[in-house]
Amino acid sequence: MNRWLLWVPLVLFGLFFAAVAVGLMMPKDNIIESKMVGKPMPEFALPSAIEQRPALSSADLKRGKPTLLNIFASWCVPCIAEAPQLLELQRAGVEINAIASRDTPQDVANFLNRWGNPYTRIGADTTSKVQLELGSSGVPETFVVDGNGIIVHQHIGDIRQEDVARLLELLKDAE
Amino acid sequence: MKAKHQRLTLVLLALVALIGAGLLAAYALQDQASYFYTPSDIAERKPEAGVAIRLGGMVEEGSIQRSVDGVTVQFIVQDGTAQQLVTYTGITPDLFVEGSGVVADGRLDANGMFVAETLLAKHDENYIPRELEGIDMTAGKHKTETLVQ
Amino acid sequence: MIAETGLIALWLAAALALLQFALGAIGLRAERNDYFAAIRPVAVAQGLFVSLSFVLLIWLFLRSDMSVRLVVMNSASVKPLLYKFAGTWGNHEGSMLLWVTVMGLAGAFIALFERSLKRQTLVATLAAQAFISLGFYAFLLVSSNPFERMFPVPAEGQGLNPLLQDPGLAFHPPTLYFGYVGLSVAFSFAVGAMITRDVGAAFAKAMRPWVLGAWIFLTLGITAGSYWAYYELGWGGWWFWDPVENASLMPWLAATALLHSVTVLATRDGLRAWTLMLAVVAFSMSMIGTFLVRSGILTSVHAFAVDPERGSFILALLAIYIGGAMALFALRVGTVKEGSRFELVSREGALVANNLLLSVILALVFIGTLYPLLVEAVTGEKLSVGPPYFNLATGPLALLLAAVMAAGPLLRWRRDNPKALLNRISIPVLATAAALFALALFTTGMSILSLLGLALAAGVGIASFAPLWKRNLRRTPIHTYGMVIAHFGIAVALVGMASESSFTEERLVAAKPGDEITVNKWKLEFEAIEPLAGPNWTALEGRMTAQYGDGVLHEIKPQNRMFAAAQTQTSEAALLTRWNGQLYVVLGDGDSEGRWQVRVWWKPFVTLIWYGGILVALGGLLAMVGRLRRGYKQRKQREFAEAML
Repeated sequence: MNRWLLWVPLVLFGLFFAAVAVGLMMPKDNIIESKMVGKPMPEFALPSAIEQRPALSSADLKRGKPTLLNIFASWCVPCIAEAPQLLELQRAGVEINAIASRDTPQDVANFLNRWGNPYTRIGADTTSKVQLELGSSGVPETFVVDGNGIIVHQHIGDIRQEDVARLLELLKDAE
Repeated sequence: MKAKHQRLTLVLLALVALIGAGLLAAYALQDQASYFYTPSDIAERKPEAGVAIRLGGMVEEGSIQRSVDGVTVQFIVQDGTAQQLVTYTGITPDLFVEGSGVVADGRLDANGMFVAETLLAKHDENYIPRELEGIDMTAGKHKTETLVQ
Repeated sequence: MIAETGLIALWLAAALALLQFALGAIGLRAERNDYFAAIRPVAVAQGLFVSLSFVLLIWLFLRSDMSVRLVVMNSASVKPLLYKFAGTWGNHEGSMLLWVTVMGLAGAFIALFERSLKRQTLVATLAAQAFISLGFYAFLLVSSNPFERMFPVPAEGQGLNPLLQDPGLAFHPPTLYFGYVGLSVAFSFAVGAMITRDVGAAFAKAMRPWVLGAWIFLTLGITAGSYWAYYELGWGGWWFWDPVENASLMPWLAATALLHSVTVLATRDGLRAWTLMLAVVAFSMSMIGTFLVRSGILTSVHAFAVDPERGSFILALLAIYIGGAMALFALRVGTVKEGSRFELVSREGALVANNLLLSVILALVFIGTLYPLLVEAVTGEKLSVGPPYFNLATGPLALLLAAVMAAGPLLRWRRDNPKALLNRISIPVLATAAALFALALFTTGMSILSLLGLALAAGVGIASFAPLWKRNLRRTPIHTYGMVIAHFGIAVALVGMASESSFTEERLVAAKPGDEITVNKWKLEFEAIEPLAGPNWTALEGRMTAQYGDGVLHEIKPQNRMFAAAQTQTSEAALLTRWNGQLYVVLGDGDSEGRWQVRVWWKPFVTLIWYGGILVALGGLLAMVGRLRRGYKQRKQREFAEAML
């Protein structure tokens, strides 16, 4: 009896461990995929984020040619990491439009001066409203949009070197 | 106390205390734990009025209305399929805006209005209330920045 | 080069920890005295190298070296120096490095100064300590290298969560970590003692300063954390039973129990197995607390960056350390000789009651904290457990515990006469009854728990000084004063808690500049709203004056702050402290009619909660000083006696 009781703590700990391990295993779905993939771009019209680039509205995204829509912010570090890849995509002839999320013109200008500006148009989404409508839940995210304004693909997180080829392929398929 | 088996007595005492704690906890949890509801959960199986629950969802666009007294707000929380009217008296949390995710502790009143006692709204990428995950909504927030780590 | 040097130092420290563990394990098995002799310098060297690594990380933060990823993610060059410094441990990697650094230093300290413990037990303790450190080294070096470089080098860092940009909070985590590390040392002692089966007074005396030290830090940490939540969150409450708070409370409860049982072991050589178990539980609670906070497995209002992978790692460490220790306990404790016995009505009996009550409270907090997780794992349903549960479940037991606390120090060791106890405790009992009577007569609408709490606090406050009654105050040992002050601190905190929960008055209004707000005897004049700019934030500040009755005018300035770097907004509550309470003012949003939400609380005697906490910690400090001094004196005497022979 006495001996047997000494194992009680270990058994209790085992139970705790099992419960917590199950909790950890549960899929947390931290990456929230947009429900908008396959659907048309929501209607929006954003003012220009910096003087050097025109404003962005949903009409700009259905001009017959597939485009990339990049959501970024000057306060976001992975956005710096993906800057070279975006420039590379631009050099490959891709039209990249951007939504600057909760940012100021001065910060955006500084950011682009420093890390390069691959964007054709930049809309300022100061309240994240359009970002939320797009089903984007963080920065950076990039959407592949076909010529008719249908969202084909959502890329969550920064674009790495190895993602460039796939994005180019997706853009080609969308034609 | 006969000193013969003091250690055994103590061990048994500890065990009794532990089991007692378990029973006490089970008893208290029965009444005091508040279940998490989404607006569609409430639409499906309405919890009793006056029972503490936790409501989560997104604040409907254009639904926030401040009342005349200036300290009470009414708004609609939705999860894509159903809607729930909420009233809250107090200082709204920082960055509580339309379209943001919200978790409210409170109870339903007799008219089916959710009376919130505390309101938790986070509008930054660092945080998503765990309960909000998996809700059919086009606007959850999380920290995509962590993806590069 | 600094980052690389730091990393090399970390690797060296890890290698030394491995060596330390191997020396201990092999030495104990083979009874090699030369191994035993080598383990001390190795432990000291490990402490030095890991400290070097940590100091270099601090340096990187102070220099804002943006080529290091950790600095980029958690600092910004525009940040005030203090927060750059605190930014070092305001993140996962840095805090783990801090933890292992303190652990290495503690090991070095034991190796240098611990002289009374049996040699084998000391070696086993150091080996256990090294084994724990190894897990953290592996964690740091494999999955969270704090010195990792980043390319391309960004111009500016990500900043720190503005909520965390606060002097109190900058030093809050390290305080808790010191506590956790102290408990890890106690755990190592327990494991060492179980390995050598050498559980007795000497072991307890060696372990006690570490438990006391850990407990002091945990007490301070919880007190400071509570005050931080109180003024920073702007919700007016001082304890929310949030998972993060519970994570810091659970180790404290276990440490409090351990502190009292180790006293029985040291003075009376009783409660051997129980003390060992508590040492294991106390350390598990600190690990579990860290796990709960860092893994993000529980939802909390204190938003930390979370990562399930890190959670798995801590959980694995937890399984190895705690599972291993508990298995060792089950295997070994049966062969540890039973300590001395005692009667039910005795100091030991009261301490057992204290331990049981604390354990039950701990179990209740633990179950409540993990219950949502359990339910979700089993039924998939989501729920939350909040203050109603915790207050209901733990409140009455806490009051019972306070009553035991009043009686315990008045009992004699080994056996006592119940009638004599009644005699000694009569004045506190009368005080409690009188207070109860007065409160019932003069107040209305108090909850039973607060009513009993206030009444009991009166009795406990008096009873806490009873151990000094009729004693020669100059010859009373310092640690007795420590106990008196700590117990009195509990009574003080109890008054604060009960008073806050029953006598707080609150007003919530939408006010225009020029309006007047009254709460209790306070008159607030809302004068204007002014914009304001700080080093990395802008704010709207409410200018108000407050007047208590016909007293002096005080200025108060609650703020609504916007932080530039992270686009976050916080309310800065304005607090006006008087001897009899605090006025707490929060400024909310403005509306289109030029009105501003203003929430005002008058909280009588709320500050006693934290003053009580500080008194408790001070009592612990006195007890530690007293014990260490006495231990030192006794050793000197023994050495002198040996020299004479």
